[in-house]
Amino acid sequence: MSSAVAEPELAAQFDATVRRKDRIEPRDWMPDAYRKTVVRQVAQHAHSEIIGMQPEGQWIGRAPSLRRKAILLAKVQDEAGHGLYLYSATETLGVSRDELTEMLISGRQKYSSIFNYPALSYADVGTIGWLVDGAAICNQVPLCRTSFGPYGRAMIRICKEESFHQRQGFELLMTMMRGTDEQRAMVQESVNRFWWPALMMFGPPDDASPNTEQSMAWGIKTHTNDELRQRFVDMSVPQAKALGVTFPDPDLKWNEERQAHDFGQPDWDEFWDVVKGNGPCNAQRIAHRKQACDDGAWVREAAMAFAEKQKVATA
Amino acid sequence: MSDEVRGEWPLYEVFVRGKRGLNHVHVGSLHAPDDAMAVRHARDVYTRRNEGVSIWVVRSDAITASSPDEKDPLFAPSGDKVYRHPTFYEIPDNVPHM
Repeated sequence: MSSAVAEPELAAQFDATVRRKDRIEPRDWMPDAYRKTVVRQVAQHAHSEIIGMQPEGQWIGRAPSLRRKAILLAKVQDEAGHGLYLYSATETLGVSRDELTEMLISGRQKYSSIFNYPALSYADVGTIGWLVDGAAICNQVPLCRTSFGPYGRAMIRICKEESFHQRQGFELLMTMMRGTDEQRAMVQESVNRFWWPALMMFGPPDDASPNTEQSMAWGIKTHTNDELRQRFVDMSVPQAKALGVTFPDPDLKWNEERQAHDFGQPDWDEFWDVVKGNGPCNAQRIAHRKQACDDGAWVREAAMAFAEKQKVATA
Repeated sequence: MSDEVRGEWPLYEVFVRGKRGLNHVHVGSLHAPDDAMAVRHARDVYTRRNEGVSIWVVRSDAITASSPDEKDPLFAPSGDKVYRHPTFYEIPDNVPHM
């Protein structure tokens, strides 16, 4: 009952903390809606890292050299690590790991739609590093200053590691571009497939993103979807030029007046269709995650039983 | 939301010493069945790039914490003791090494 009396004061303290761009920590009082929004966003982010291991993971055994295998293995292992940082940030708000896994498998929580597109050729490993991780970095760097402390701290660790991901992808593509005509065509074909889905990673346009305004007021998000998409396009164009590939957008051109690139809109109907579960790989991704969870159950149980037995033995 | 999901590995907090001469610093948490596995998992999750020379893990439920509110009366006793800080004392500029 005492909390009901104090709530307006607690809310005022919360607002003041957010206003002076200080961080909210797990045991602070926070509005229920803030808590729900952080859980939704951070969990979605964690799930994306975990599901994100799949498209590239399939290429570890088929990478063309030991060097490329080692790099890809390290990268996919990083994605697992990123998922774990973010799950632990989510758990500070009282959601359990099992609940989070269950919400991913049952589809109650989402992950980034980009991972519902397949990695069809080895060039895709490079394109995913360059464009998909590049877009992720654009999204993630501002999140290092997000208002929820554990989320910001996880993002700082993640951003340090993502830079390797993007650079290894770009280097892979550069190597292929120095190869045969067939390899160059493979890179261009891959870029053509990933460009639009990469732009979709920033989420729907601002006027169709109902949560953005509140998330920005709370300091959870610091930039709108369209701002970040613009930044990504402006960063990517000179990189594509250096690489010698083009983006499949006839409307993409420099706008001298805005000092920024004009560009076309992704197919938002396709975006919503993939979000709703109808992308090329939605069912496969979830089935694979569920199988990994089910197949690993006996290991988790055995480790727990062993720990219990040791405890009894030393007691 | 939920307290103890049956069978879930307990939660550990992880502290890493970045290099000799520095304190162990909290870096995050993870799940493990026991203390030894927690150290191994901490190595894989938090020190993939030479981030540490030493790891501490401790069960999260073994930590006792103050209330995080900065207006907490726990910290009030230090709030009005400005004389504990060196800047409280005025020393003339011509006095060296102080």
